[in-house]
Amino acid sequence: MLVAKPGLDGHDRGAKVIARALRDGGMEVIYTGIRQTPQMIVEAAIQEDVDAILMSILSGAHMAIFPKVMELLRENGVDDVLVMAGGILPDEDIPAIEAMGVHGNFGPGTPLSAIIEYVKAHVDPQRMRQELSPLRADGPHAAEGSDQPA
Amino acid sequence: MTTRSDPAAPATASAQPDLVERLLAGDRRALARMVTLIENRAPEARQMLARLHAHGGHAHIVGFTGSPGAGKSTLVTQLARELRRRGQRVGVIAVDPSSPFTGGAILGDRIRMQELAGDPNVFIRSMASRGSVGGLAAATRDATRALDAAGFDTIIVETVGAGQAEVEIVRAAQTVVVVVVPGMGDDIQAIKAGILEIADIFVVNKADRPGADQAAAELRMLLSLDEHRKEHAWKTPIIKTVGMTGEGAPELADKLAAHLASLKETGQLAARDGRQAQSEMLALLHQALIERISATIGEEEWRRLVAQVVERESDPYTTADELASRIGLAPEASHPAG
Repeated sequence: MLVAKPGLDGHDRGAKVIARALRDGGMEVIYTGIRQTPQMIVEAAIQEDVDAILMSILSGAHMAIFPKVMELLRENGVDDVLVMAGGILPDEDIPAIEAMGVHGNFGPGTPLSAIIEYVKAHVDPQRMRQELSPLRADGPHAAEGSDQPA
Repeated sequence: MTTRSDPAAPATASAQPDLVERLLAGDRRALARMVTLIENRAPEARQMLARLHAHGGHAHIVGFTGSPGAGKSTLVTQLARELRRRGQRVGVIAVDPSSPFTGGAILGDRIRMQELAGDPNVFIRSMASRGSVGGLAAATRDATRALDAAGFDTIIVETVGAGQAEVEIVRAAQTVVVVVVPGMGDDIQAIKAGILEIADIFVVNKADRPGADQAAAELRMLLSLDEHRKEHAWKTPIIKTVGMTGEGAPELADKLAAHLASLKETGQLAARDGRQAQSEMLALLHQALIERISATIGEEEWRRLVAQVVERESDPYTTADELASRIGLAPEASHPAG
């Protein structure tokens, strides 16, 4: 999971709360910090090979930033990442945001559990962290045949 | 090892025959996916790593360890910038702890590495420790193998904030940098047993704060007491840095190069590589053994055997001997220290 805070507003309390909630949901969350450009978000998503990007935005710049993020993802051939957003997203913009391929679009008051459930429902469960079997050495390689998806 | 057809192959693990070639050609997405396959212990990662091994051996692998908040990430950023100025390609693997309760993790090292964003010759990967102790993740060493094969000149491995016993980095890095901060006099005492012994280079970070000279002096004294070090040609330097400004980063880069040169000159590099290869092979054998036992008896019976030992109906020694003979090992042949 990449939790990113694009644009110029510096209020990242919401992003941090969500990062923490996702962690408590058993996910590995890379938090980028504030003032991320679309280039930085896409570059981090590529290097970290994330399953999902969650952008938190309050500044109102979503109609400028989201299309750029989606364009850069396309340019880099990233087509297997769930892109989500949350924050202050006016209702009238939601259809356009959805059309770009940005989903979720969680507004204020969304229960954290709803966001976690959404991620779990939309990210390939095979990619969720695998439970370590007691019979699995803590070694560096795959234990063939004994994989137990979480 | 046989390759089994895997009916439940994860989507990420779909056959990508050219992933290794793409990685070797410098494709960042291929490298990122390779690291994911390694982290997830995907069955095909093993063959790919076997192929990558032949292409490695060129990178200088530098470990950064030290207590949480010592400024490791910021210092790594400054060092990476300095190495970039010197024309190197730099890979960074930053390990943060996983929650022991949920398995989740917040990986925040990128926050302090933003100055490196957008440079195509820098590759940063965050990694959760996923239950490994020792300051690294189980996949860290193999991830450095992937970055090495991808042609990075220096690979910086940043451990989780470490205290006394997180010395696993010795097995993954050629040069170990231990970062301390002033005003932790007692902590320097505390680390002398574990981390002090593994340092090839000491950094006193946040050296603009009071007490930096004292911290350096204490380190110098502890080093002088270490009989073990007197035999070595390498004299562990103590460098003062200020992570926020980058002060000291050029000196650190110089010392890293000097340490690598010293390792090569004295034959220590080959010895270190030998020790690392040995521990990797032993780990793989250990794992093969466990897989064999797993395949022979399965989880159900394993749990029952564990319960019997707990209930004192049996004991660990007899149970282990019996298991060993069931997989074709005579009990006498078992390793005495195993």
